[in-house]
Amino acid sequence: MSSPALLLADSSSNLLAARNQMGFTLGFHIVLACFGVAFPAMMLIAEWRGRKRNDEAALRLARNWSKAVAVLFAVGAVTGTVLSFEFGLLWPRFMDRFGDAFGIAFAIEGIFFFLEAIFIAIYIYGWNRLSPRAHMWAAVPIVISGVGGAFSVIAANAWMNQPQGFKLDASGHVTDVKPLDVLFNNATGYEFFHMLLAAYMVTGFILASIYAVGMLRGRRDAYHRAGLLIPLTVAAIASPIQLFVGDTAARAIADDQPSKFAGMECIYKGGTDQTEWLGGICTDGKVKGGIGVPGLDSLLVGFSTGTNVTGLNQIPADQQPPALTMLHLSFDTMVGVGTLLFLLAVWFAIAWWRKRDLPETKWFLRAVAVSGVAAVVALEAGWIVTEVGRQPWILYKIMRTSEAVTPAQGIWWVFAFTMLLYIALFTTAALIIRALARRWRAEDLREPPTDVPYAPPREEEATA
Amino acid sequence: MSTADVCAAILWIGVTLYAIFGGADFGAGVWDLLAGGGQRGQSVRGQIDRSIGPVWEANHVWLIFVLVVLWTAFPTAFSAIMTTLYIPLALAALGIVLRGSGFAFRHALPGPVQGTASRVFGVASVLTPFFMGTVVGAVASGNVPAAGDGDPTASWTGFLPLVTGALFVAVAAYTAAIFLVRDSGAAGDQDLRDYFARRALIVAVVAGVAAVLGVIALRQDARFIYDGLTSWPGIALVVLSGICGLAALVLLVADRNRGLRVAAVGAGVAMIWGYFAAAFPYILPTSLTISDAAGASATLTEVIVVFGVAAVLVVPSLILLYVLSQRSALEAYSTSSEVTSPRQ
Repeated sequence: MSSPALLLADSSSNLLAARNQMGFTLGFHIVLACFGVAFPAMMLIAEWRGRKRNDEAALRLARNWSKAVAVLFAVGAVTGTVLSFEFGLLWPRFMDRFGDAFGIAFAIEGIFFFLEAIFIAIYIYGWNRLSPRAHMWAAVPIVISGVGGAFSVIAANAWMNQPQGFKLDASGHVTDVKPLDVLFNNATGYEFFHMLLAAYMVTGFILASIYAVGMLRGRRDAYHRAGLLIPLTVAAIASPIQLFVGDTAARAIADDQPSKFAGMECIYKGGTDQTEWLGGICTDGKVKGGIGVPGLDSLLVGFSTGTNVTGLNQIPADQQPPALTMLHLSFDTMVGVGTLLFLLAVWFAIAWWRKRDLPETKWFLRAVAVSGVAAVVALEAGWIVTEVGRQPWILYKIMRTSEAVTPAQGIWWVFAFTMLLYIALFTTAALIIRALARRWRAEDLREPPTDVPYAPPREEEATA
Repeated sequence: MSTADVCAAILWIGVTLYAIFGGADFGAGVWDLLAGGGQRGQSVRGQIDRSIGPVWEANHVWLIFVLVVLWTAFPTAFSAIMTTLYIPLALAALGIVLRGSGFAFRHALPGPVQGTASRVFGVASVLTPFFMGTVVGAVASGNVPAAGDGDPTASWTGFLPLVTGALFVAVAAYTAAIFLVRDSGAAGDQDLRDYFARRALIVAVVAGVAAVLGVIALRQDARFIYDGLTSWPGIALVVLSGICGLAALVLLVADRNRGLRVAAVGAGVAMIWGYFAAAFPYILPTSLTISDAAGASATLTEVIVVFGVAAVLVVPSLILLYVLSQRSALEAYSTSSEVTSPRQ
């Protein structure tokens, strides 16, 4: 009964549904993953500062943060589990053919995830029962596994952008897998550092923004100052490095994935002396409404206006990325917001250098207050550039996403349901963290609790 | 033994650990759901929180381990299972999201909605192992074709898959009850120990009935597995499982903690490896063998290496966590920001 045209329409609708489902669940998880990677480091810095300088506010901060880490890690763990299911449920043909080529990255990630889950539990549940030294040491494996886990997952994603380390036999089966070449492919270096820094920036700016809002509401105590200072310092250190890494990544993509680069810069016609377009709509072979800087794109790619940049006209129509305007604007958003965050870091650094203190002017606090949301926007925009920019390939130039997708029906319904479920999850998690903050504030007002020492006694006292 | 066989054994070690520890978590959720209200309900939930609070996330990493080893070492089998059993698998994934977030949220939520989070946690703790059981039952009954794309509904709604689902829930509840008997006994709460011991006995009978039904269903729908379980070496493991199960019952009635967990867990482990022995050399009985499903050879070696590293790094850490948790070196989750002094 079904005509070929109808079948085609069906499978392309399935593809779009599956891509939406994967994109949405990944886009949700990536924020939690950032917290999983970077939040424990901030927690450890706060505890270390608290113990070393006898800083009650910092110690209190570390303890409260660990409660938030518990909730966020739990939601991150389950949304991450969903992703492992989705690899098979949405992209079975891809996993069938290439699971053994890049699966090892996830196996390594599994080890890090395991260690992270174990030591987060020890840290969170051990506040009162472990010695301060043992407790701080428990956080170290969490920080290391955060970095290692990010590396493994990003190596897998980088491999999808730059597949190497294997051969295909005549029937298309993977042979001669070289796991190290898979892990350390062309794109791993820049993608990993870019994402790691993004994780520290997102977590740092979000945390700082929470305390900036509190300070704007008049809560300018030591607790809020430390809550702003620690994460903002980390994010501010990451920002300039990120600018450099991001720039390197963009140049590498111009080489590694010319179709992605042409899409995100909206370059229709290849050649030298390329115009750099800031903003604008990509339509009918040209950029409308954007600001064009002649020659700048070539200059950025090869340090000379004479640099030849590949255009979409040199890429077969069926190998070009879709949704050019979205791709281009996402890229511009990421770069633009990243630059603004860098300027905020500069502002912070100059103010600190001049006064050796946190600037508490309204405008500075306002800027920090919006930096959290801004960092998430930049993160999501960057993720869109990576993923949509790789299309129509699931494995760059080797397998199309349309060849990988499941024939299973009903994905649109699953997608709609997942959206509702995740929105409910997000809302609940946010409400919980807000309720926790309120409770902590209420406890704070009962100060000073003379009978309860903030810190467990030092070892010599405990044994005395 | 080929490298593919070693990888299959590694996969099965992951399945075993997930079945024990993840299973105990699911079972704890079942008892949480059935705990009722009032003082008693509170003390039951309190014990459940103390028992699984620090360990549940680590326990569920075994599932990720199983999925990753399956798709890395046996991509064809992974894809065949995923394209056939996507309905129960998607429902199990949903259950995992709901129970994980339900459990994590309920400590932190204010009073009135805490109950809702608890119920979500409880119901999802029943549904998740049930759907996982239907997946295993469907694989055992040979309803997953090697090329995948099997019947998306009939494959897992037959008698054997449904009985397996029920068996999974019962065994999970049983394992959890045994762990909780031990934990409440160790905490010196004889009342609570008796409470869980009674329930362990009841659910042991339920699991026994489900297991007998399962054997009948195996005979009908999965003759290959049935034959494997009734001949050497499968039969030895079945007998071992029976002995362990009986020993656990005796210890339970005799009010003895020593050896109780070993016996109960032993019964489950022997059964899981009995299936492995019976299904060998198939990964999807009887359509796909372990060697046909195996991925590239360098990858298989790498899986073994990574497993070795995991054994060196993860196992001692896990033991540390369990020991700290069992020695009450880890406290219950508290939302308070106040630091109390450690026990002197």
